[in-house]
Amino acid sequence: MSNILVIAEVSEGELKRATLTCIGFARQAAERTGGTVQALVVGKGVGAHAETLAKYVSTVHVADDGAFEKPLAETYAKAIAAAAESAGAHVVCMAATAHGKDVMPRAAALLQAGMASDIVGFGKDGMQLQRPIQAGNVIATVELTTEVKVVTTRPTEFEAATESEAAGEVKALTVDVGTPKTTFVAFDKVASERPELGDASVVVSGGRGLKESGNFPALIEPLADKLNAAIGASRAVVDAGWVPNDMQVGQTGKVVAPNLYIAVGISGAIQHVAGMKGSKTIVAINKDPEAPIFAIADYGLVEDLFKVVPELTEKI
Amino acid sequence: MKILVTVKRVTDYERKAKITPDGSALVTEGMNFVPNPFDEIAVEEALRLAKTHGGEVVVVSIGPKDAVQQIRQALAMGANRGILVEAEDVDPDGVARILQKIIADEAPNLVVMGKQDTDNDANQVGQLLAGYLDWPQATFASKKEGLDSDQEKKQVPGVVIEGEKATVIREVDGGLETLQVSLPAIVTTDLRLNHPRFASLPGIMKAKKKEVKELGVDAIGVDVSPKVRILEYKEPAERQAGVTVSDVDQLLEKLKNEAKVL
Repeated sequence: MSNILVIAEVSEGELKRATLTCIGFARQAAERTGGTVQALVVGKGVGAHAETLAKYVSTVHVADDGAFEKPLAETYAKAIAAAAESAGAHVVCMAATAHGKDVMPRAAALLQAGMASDIVGFGKDGMQLQRPIQAGNVIATVELTTEVKVVTTRPTEFEAATESEAAGEVKALTVDVGTPKTTFVAFDKVASERPELGDASVVVSGGRGLKESGNFPALIEPLADKLNAAIGASRAVVDAGWVPNDMQVGQTGKVVAPNLYIAVGISGAIQHVAGMKGSKTIVAINKDPEAPIFAIADYGLVEDLFKVVPELTEKI
Repeated sequence: MKILVTVKRVTDYERKAKITPDGSALVTEGMNFVPNPFDEIAVEEALRLAKTHGGEVVVVSIGPKDAVQQIRQALAMGANRGILVEAEDVDPDGVARILQKIIADEAPNLVVMGKQDTDNDANQVGQLLAGYLDWPQATFASKKEGLDSDQEKKQVPGVVIEGEKATVIREVDGGLETLQVSLPAIVTTDLRLNHPRFASLPGIMKAKKKEVKELGVDAIGVDVSPKVRILEYKEPAERQAGVTVSDVDQLLEKLKNEAKVL
């Protein structure tokens, strides 16, 4: 048992980019512990994704079955446990997306494995791992004492893997899912033509300083359009129902690390900062010079956002 | 129906954590302790479900003796009785194993828990527990109606129970997913499920008389030796504050020529 198994994620028919960042983590882990990097893709009609993954790893396990049409933790965890055994895996990892967070602890229970969530890097030796706790204010270095180790990795902290020289093999995996006690009912997608928040190179976020929900389309959207940016929000405005839940940036929402993050009317509570402080360049626009967001911003503009945001949109 | 709900005692999440000089522990002296905010949402949901369908809400906490305060807070909100398992420094797997034992005794129809705690941020226990029990899970429970909606004002539960099934709306990447799970099941709560109520003064008085059973971890008979060992705590690399720009033109000039991001 010495291989590393990456659990791929397919969403709306697409292989998620976050999967490649997890392969990036797995390659670093393999350099430390030896073994091969393998992958598992679960779903219905996912053969093409298996072929794509074979460009990155030595073996791709494919659990392709009607039972896996929807990503249910109950059934997927069984596929992960079966693949871990088939792969001889000592590390089983997945990007810390909503699906990864849902399914991986359940798989850890089936594997009797210890689990480290939301890994951002390695410690000094072997499989010592670093993870943020306390809303990102503390980094803990942890070690898993079990033979099989389950890990979720933060997508913003690892480079997406590039293709290998040799193509890997694809192996079908048969999984007994029993009679599931979970039924998929519906998925209500937030329709958006914008880049995905987690992947965007520019993010424009709005907070309570915008005063009312109508100011998101009036001020934030035109600026985001000009920059081809994703739109984020602070928890306060998501809780107020101004924008969908999916837009919340923060320790308990999305963690983002774009090249440019523009915080508009956001005070900078620690939970919000935990979700965006990895951004390369941070701009803060807020009329309150004491707002904590200025302590981490590269460029602060202490101004009335209703005046300067339209001007910024105009001049970019 | 019987609903089991978990409450963890955590350090006040409004205050920044401090690390001991040798990096071996977090400073707890002088810290305020509060119920994990996600667990307060879980308690609220359990109370609404019990009111709608009838039944009992049992609050469980695993932690130091003082965690009885957080149990009393949930009892003051309206939960019926409490169980405290005295154990410190138990990792998520140990917590799930202790809960598995308690569930074997209590046989609840539904377990509602916060999706994660604000100290450790692991987001594991509900899913681990569902895996150990071979129960279905619906994590990150939310609802379509906002927190300003009439349903919220009327304290309608977000989780819909009909017969032996629960329908749960979940926050996932890219939207909201609806799942139906057969009971018994594990539900973990996200932020937009409800606004937890405040305890009333009569509620606080009544809570003092409600039963809280205290158990030692030895009495439970579970091996809680850690699967996750913490080696060291350290501060993350701090970002330096940058400069204040005077106007939009200067901001654009900096973004173009200095940061080179435009």
